[in-house]
Amino acid sequence: MTPMPEAREVVLRLDNITKRFGRQTANDAISLSLRKGEVVALLGENGAGKTTLMNILFGHYTADEGSVEVFGSPLPSGATGAALEAGVGMVHQHFTLAGNLTVLDNILLGTASLWSLGRGRKAAEARVRRLAEDFGLAVDTGAKVARLSVGERQRVEILKALYRDARILILDEPTAVLTPQESDALFATLRKAVDQGLSVIFISHKLHEVMAISNRVLVLRHGKLVGERRTAETSPQALAELMVGAEIAQPVPSEATPGATLLSLRGVSVHPPGHRTGLRGIDLDLRAGQILGLAGVSGNGQGALAELLSGEVRPDSGEMRLGNEVAPPWTPRAALAADIGRIPEDRHSTGSIADFSLTENAILETYRDPELSRAGWMRWSAAEAFARQVIERYDVRCPGPDTRIRLLSGGNMQKLILGRALESEPRIILANQPVRGLDIGAVTYVQERLIAARDAGAAILLISEDLDEILGLADVIRVMSDGRLSPEFPRGSVTAQELGRWMAGEGFDHAA
Amino acid sequence: MRLEPVANPTIARSLGFPAVALGLSVVVASLLALMAGANPFATLGLILKGAAGSQFALLETLNRATPLIFTGLAVAVAFRAKLWNIGAEAQLYMGALVTVIFGTSALGLPGPQPLLLVGLAAMLGGALILLGPVILKTRFGVDEVVTTLLLNFIMLLFISMLLDGPLKDPMGMGWPKSPRLDPDARLPRIVEGLRLHWGFALALICAVVVWVIETRTTLGYEIRAVGQNPRAARFAGIPVNVVLVKTALLSGGLAALAGFSEVAGLKGSLTLDLSPGFGYTGIIVAMLALLHPIGVVVSAIFVAGVFVGADSMSRAAGVPTYIADILLATALLFMVFAILLTRFRIVRG
Repeated sequence: MTPMPEAREVVLRLDNITKRFGRQTANDAISLSLRKGEVVALLGENGAGKTTLMNILFGHYTADEGSVEVFGSPLPSGATGAALEAGVGMVHQHFTLAGNLTVLDNILLGTASLWSLGRGRKAAEARVRRLAEDFGLAVDTGAKVARLSVGERQRVEILKALYRDARILILDEPTAVLTPQESDALFATLRKAVDQGLSVIFISHKLHEVMAISNRVLVLRHGKLVGERRTAETSPQALAELMVGAEIAQPVPSEATPGATLLSLRGVSVHPPGHRTGLRGIDLDLRAGQILGLAGVSGNGQGALAELLSGEVRPDSGEMRLGNEVAPPWTPRAALAADIGRIPEDRHSTGSIADFSLTENAILETYRDPELSRAGWMRWSAAEAFARQVIERYDVRCPGPDTRIRLLSGGNMQKLILGRALESEPRIILANQPVRGLDIGAVTYVQERLIAARDAGAAILLISEDLDEILGLADVIRVMSDGRLSPEFPRGSVTAQELGRWMAGEGFDHAA
Repeated sequence: MRLEPVANPTIARSLGFPAVALGLSVVVASLLALMAGANPFATLGLILKGAAGSQFALLETLNRATPLIFTGLAVAVAFRAKLWNIGAEAQLYMGALVTVIFGTSALGLPGPQPLLLVGLAAMLGGALILLGPVILKTRFGVDEVVTTLLLNFIMLLFISMLLDGPLKDPMGMGWPKSPRLDPDARLPRIVEGLRLHWGFALALICAVVVWVIETRTTLGYEIRAVGQNPRAARFAGIPVNVVLVKTALLSGGLAALAGFSEVAGLKGSLTLDLSPGFGYTGIIVAMLALLHPIGVVVSAIFVAGVFVGADSMSRAAGVPTYIADILLATALLFMVFAILLTRFRIVRG
């Protein structure tokens, strides 16, 4: 019989790690130990200090105090690469893959000497395939990474770590981008890894996943370790309270009162470049005062639909109507003019300009309005006033409107983008994964804002890969699979399991 | 050693490191003078004296700085939008060519035209010649570094052909040069009797105009947005390709003014050695100025001073003028490093 993880050797020990940035203490005397074959969850809001702690482990930051020990030997402080060499692998929230290279090249990158010139590539490929099979990480090693879905990219990241003989895996928000099925597959992979003696640190906001996968949970708040629990002896509610320091309630929308159809698609097909799957003749109606939740495995056409509604592409065929009118020549500006508020999937690369100030980012969509510019001249004081208004009304925590947005946490960045989109009270809202990777506080906030917009009469399309979010928020639910749409399911008429079957592509043939 | 980003660089940091960079490049130049067997302090003193030691020297430096301000601005504006215009040299020659065509009655065109019109026509010429590469870029994704660079050589050969053909000065004793501009088409001097023409004042005005465009207008905002994140800019509804075309017109027009000002202000006619690489040096000027339009004026005067000073030093001290190129090259390299240090700090360990 295998011994309980509690009795096994400690493979990683962080001892009294303290890190200060100026007056702010990002990590305050945090200690953590990880045993062989154990999954430790690191739970905390954005800015709680999880990422800083991992950056210290990987030598990106130097701790002001404290030490790191891997497999019994101390890691030199601040030496990048030392942790990797000692067998610690990290799967980042934002993937570190080269899109123009194949899966195999990405995995081998940096592992083979420059002089080997592709020798041993066959053997390497065989080894990658074996690892993929052992850990249930199905992926085509010859495919270009740019063509892979988010879920597949994550598998490549994990394979990359395993290929480098990582014995400790650190996953930063791994399920933020996955569907239930993909998450289940990830958990199966992690269980296999643990069975083979690997140890895992699992950074997450999602309580039920932490409950499902971890042996122990460490909760961080404001840089301090506020609690350590054995998972078997705690509850999601208790963890959530530890995490935010107060009791929290998931927003529950009231009964919807749907009105007129504000946007409709009839037989629309489009296949924008860069997407694996386009839209294949879909019909869609967005009604005033209603949230339509669109579930589906990533890469099944949601990206194409989002690009269509945000004005980035035009339909290849079919008809798009705004109210009773045929849509005008379709561009991002036309979409904005048609009163569509857009929250893009990727707030870093699409939603904001990293080195622009909050003011400059806040007016990105509206700088041509007469309040913000006249005859080609910017009215910067008005722009700053607008930014201050968004910052205040949407609770963006920041030093001020002159701050570069790259210095904000993900949640605050998203609040600014949300404020930018909602401040003009759009009639139609496209929210593409609006809470992906956000902490619980920010998730609740964003969801409440969306519900408020719905109650004010907006038609909302909520695209999400988080079924809990869809089931909790959406008034009607549809599933997208391989570029097609399922029928509408009113709230409460469908279970997660049934949606999962539609997500897997069942049922479309007789529904169509 | 690692780099950590500096959240909000102080002014001391933003200006201190570039100053140190310039100091270091002077040290390198001193060592080179020493190797050439000259007293480094005397050599540097002679460069300084040659660049700014007399009214004549100073005016010569400002004259030399004039085309560099124009090409430096052209490059700075384009680089802001991440439009890599390496073709300021071609645009300069285009501006010079148009100036000659409209400023003389060569080619049988009714000339000479009023100076303002000639200047505007020159800008238009330079703008149009950059338009081709930009349309190739926006339409077909052709790399503008390659197309703008190669256009420099095409333009030079084209001018060479014209100077040996239809534009050849009948009074030129067989030299490949254009007829001289009509006196009415010349830029007057700012102060009568001093060798500094209105081109320099025009360059200063352009620097201020570009600065105002970049900080105060929607176009400047669009240019910066497109340069920093074209994807986010496009999503937000900024017409990225239109902005790139506008940037190209501005950049090409500015570079063409260098040619206009050299021909109409200084040389009076077009020859193949009109520009000793002003278009390329404009890249150094813009980089040293961190793409800031007012900084371009300062760095252009610095670069011109080094060239002019080194010329006169070389005659007096016998140190080769190449020291000017090396001084500028090291200054640029140190400056690139200094720019890094203004935004990142080195952390030991």
